[in-house]
Amino acid sequence: MDDIVTEDLSKSYPSGWPGRPPFVALDGLSLTVRRGEIFGFLGPNGAGKTTTLKILLGLVRATSGRALLLGQPAGDVATRRRIGFLPESPYFYDYLTAEEFLGFYGQLAGLSRAVTTERANNLIQLVGLGEARTRQLRKFSKGMLQRIGLAQALIHDPELVILDEPMTGLDPVGRKQVRDLILSLRDQGKTVFFSTHILHDVEMICDRIGIVMKGRLVANGRIDELVRQNHIRSVEIVCQHVKTEGNALIHSLATRVLQQGQQCLIVLPSPDAVDALVAEIRRQGGRLLSVTPHKASLEDLFFHEAAQAVSHVSAHMTGGRAS
Amino acid sequence: MGAIGVIAVNAFRESLRDKILYNLVLFAGLLIGLSVLLADLSITEHHKVIADMGLAAINLIGVIIAMFVGISLVNKEIERRTIYTIMARPISRSFFIMGKYFGLALTLLVNMSVMLAVFLLTLWLYHIPIEQSLFQAVQLMFVEILVVTAIALFFSTFTSSTLSAIFTLGLYVIGHLTADLRAMVANSEGMIGKVVVDLLYYLCPNLEMLNIKGQAAVGVAAAPEYMLLASLYGLLYAGVLLTGACLVFQRRDF
Repeated sequence: MDDIVTEDLSKSYPSGWPGRPPFVALDGLSLTVRRGEIFGFLGPNGAGKTTTLKILLGLVRATSGRALLLGQPAGDVATRRRIGFLPESPYFYDYLTAEEFLGFYGQLAGLSRAVTTERANNLIQLVGLGEARTRQLRKFSKGMLQRIGLAQALIHDPELVILDEPMTGLDPVGRKQVRDLILSLRDQGKTVFFSTHILHDVEMICDRIGIVMKGRLVANGRIDELVRQNHIRSVEIVCQHVKTEGNALIHSLATRVLQQGQQCLIVLPSPDAVDALVAEIRRQGGRLLSVTPHKASLEDLFFHEAAQAVSHVSAHMTGGRAS
Repeated sequence: MGAIGVIAVNAFRESLRDKILYNLVLFAGLLIGLSVLLADLSITEHHKVIADMGLAAINLIGVIIAMFVGISLVNKEIERRTIYTIMARPISRSFFIMGKYFGLALTLLVNMSVMLAVFLLTLWLYHIPIEQSLFQAVQLMFVEILVVTAIALFFSTFTSSTLSAIFTLGLYVIGHLTADLRAMVANSEGMIGKVVVDLLYYLCPNLEMLNIKGQAAVGVAAAPEYMLLASLYGLLYAGVLLTGACLVFQRRDF
């Protein structure tokens, strides 16, 4: 069962000037988020993450394509009872106290006053704002606002939680708290879809990710699969009693050779050359100590896709000028 | 409580915690107090001057609150992005608009009640008879303020705060002038002028219909039929604008 499905979703905004092409914020985005998983939606600023989230929540209308949440069209009013949302850099009614704030959102979600009060009390404790419960939000720090924002997203016990940059503005302790909270939501069987550009957090908690660049989904899947299929960055081989100086074969295979006494470190650009190098080590009677493949990290993948997106746009612009 | 009620109560709570409204009501109190000083300076008709100025103060402050709070009612939610979390809840956009409108209407009702109480107290202190006509004038003022709020809300659903303020103020001024303009061009020979004024007369709210302050100040009561008709007219006009605001807001991207 998929909780979020988008098919060829596009959004463009008119330029406001005749003859000038519209600004394309999303360009045929198709992705699925499965029930009970944590899905990280990655992309640099301006890539289309927030636009996607806004379309899913019915805040913005898609120019074309289709989006379903919990099996219903995006923007369906009744379905929103089952969805929790935290916007990026949340701005709330700062004249409300934390208790009044959660009470307001609980009642908007259709909860009774008694249920709202009970859930608000639990959530205030959960996000660590017990001492600030009667304080007006205008006196909250940025991190406290982020945490009370998370509490409002969860006040009605939603099945699907959508978070836009939930770690922004938090210190390391706050970030860990939010990570733990997201993991506990998954343990409760909830689906979490969150956008971010903090790659470290994504690597730690996400089941699957999607990377969006310039409005297009350029990668989608499990992190280990995406990283494995795209890049093994290099292989490091450590050996002993191998003569590398003047060895044309080793130097032709390796990108880097470091001889330290009897021990030698050889860096290969890809796993393809490992067999040939190991054969050479054996031929010389050397001893193989270790073979360490260095897989590309999510950060490498992210920058690789970002560079491709930039070159794609540059090529397009150059082509446009030439024509 | 339904979603409209939740939004309305929150809008009311917001205004209660906004110090500007208190200042405006205080200002109204000062204006009413000033009317006593001016009445002392006038040679005759002390009663009329106090009643006139008191009603004018209530009307002025009511219209200012309706206009400027009404304009920011929706725009502030969009500019401060508080709308995102509200619209992510299971409430329709029309319910949001109606909730905000009724919240402000409740605020205005409370504000006008406070101003009326100060006004009546002033009249009582100066032994001025409290006529029924004064209550009638305040009733129609409240209807006028409901219309002005609906105008401000309507414009704020699709334009910026500045433009909304200009349009609302413009419509308010025209709304008080159309009847006079129509009378002026009735005898002229230019067809275009007549058509334009007729168009304005029927499109713009006839706010002068809701203004009986002059006769109320001298104790002349309006007929009950007139009160009913004028009130219905104002409420219907506000209802049409509110429907328009809901329709526009349905189609808006945030």
